[in-house]
Amino acid sequence: MILLKLFFTFLKIGIFTFGGGYSMIALIQNEVVEKQGWMSAQEFTDILAISQMTPGPVGINTATYAGYTAVVNSGLPVWEGVVGSLLASLAVILLPVAAMLLVLRYLSHHKDNPLVEKVFQVLRLTVVGLIAAAALLLLTPESFGAPGLNKQFLVSVALFVAVFYLSWRHRTSPIYLIIGSAIVGLLVF
Amino acid sequence: MSIFADMYRALFFSFFRIGTFTIGGGYVMIPIMEEELVDKRKWLKRDEFLDLMSLSQAMPGVFAVNMATCVGRRVAGWRGVVCAIAGNIMMPIVIILLLAMVFRHFRGNAVVESIFMALRPAVVALIAAPVFRLAKSAKVSWRNCWIPVVAALLIWLFGVSPVWVILIAIAGGLVWGKLGRED
Repeated sequence: MILLKLFFTFLKIGIFTFGGGYSMIALIQNEVVEKQGWMSAQEFTDILAISQMTPGPVGINTATYAGYTAVVNSGLPVWEGVVGSLLASLAVILLPVAAMLLVLRYLSHHKDNPLVEKVFQVLRLTVVGLIAAAALLLLTPESFGAPGLNKQFLVSVALFVAVFYLSWRHRTSPIYLIIGSAIVGLLVF
Repeated sequence: MSIFADMYRALFFSFFRIGTFTIGGGYVMIPIMEEELVDKRKWLKRDEFLDLMSLSQAMPGVFAVNMATCVGRRVAGWRGVVCAIAGNIMMPIVIILLLAMVFRHFRGNAVVESIFMALRPAVVALIAAPVFRLAKSAKVSWRNCWIPVVAALLIWLFGVSPVWVILIAIAGGLVWGKLGRED
């Protein structure tokens, strides 16, 4: 039953993802952590870390990993977890690909529609808020440690500021930032 | 027939390369896509590449898969779409599955836990940084910045599902377009 639910959940996530993998994170988080309770927020953050340092689109990686984790967490065997991960990745691309094919067909007959352009302008603005929400929802003691003058919290804040600055200003690749943070973790904790 | 079979293989391997050798998500794939699709295979002219790119960004779904759909359809029809997407996501899925299976057994391990204690805040920062990059390309201004702010607050503080926020945004865009106000 969870496999079916997983499929429909990721079908929904796919069609409502505008603006790429990062906005998909907000949707996946909302579904698998908050609504369905398939995994903890901390587990989800770990999945995000791994999804960003392995090859491929972050949206596909997160869907694959979250699908697997949701199924195995509910006590089902590993092979069903594999089926779950494949279902989640397939579901997440199914409707967008269908929509894409329809639009390509339409565009080969019509020129750009001003109404569609307006809708996309508003969507682009909204997606910025969506991604901000995903980051805000992860600002938790599970990710940073309990706030206060303790080692974990201070190191976490320092890492957050450093990674944010390097990623925003210098567009340092996520892979280097993740490897660098992992080394800091090994040395400090 | 043999020409088409070659096309399918070429699509599969081009997108296999694009999917397998890029880390950090769809947008990191743009330069390698440009090289592979425009310069090497010559399936697209540079301006066509830009058009398909903005279309793939505007449409729902995963950017890289949307690009694979556009290019696959153009080069070899719906079978091309299947080949391009399969090539794009095959290795990432295999790698993630292997990691997912292995990593479960190391959760709670002291060394792994100390690494992830540092990775968690880093990942939050990695998600926060594109907000400011995207704000620029979405043309956020003083007049329209309430839209992303309200969207973020609805989801973060009021627990509204992002699905509703997207639906409201689409409805708002339609109304704005119909009223024909210039901004």
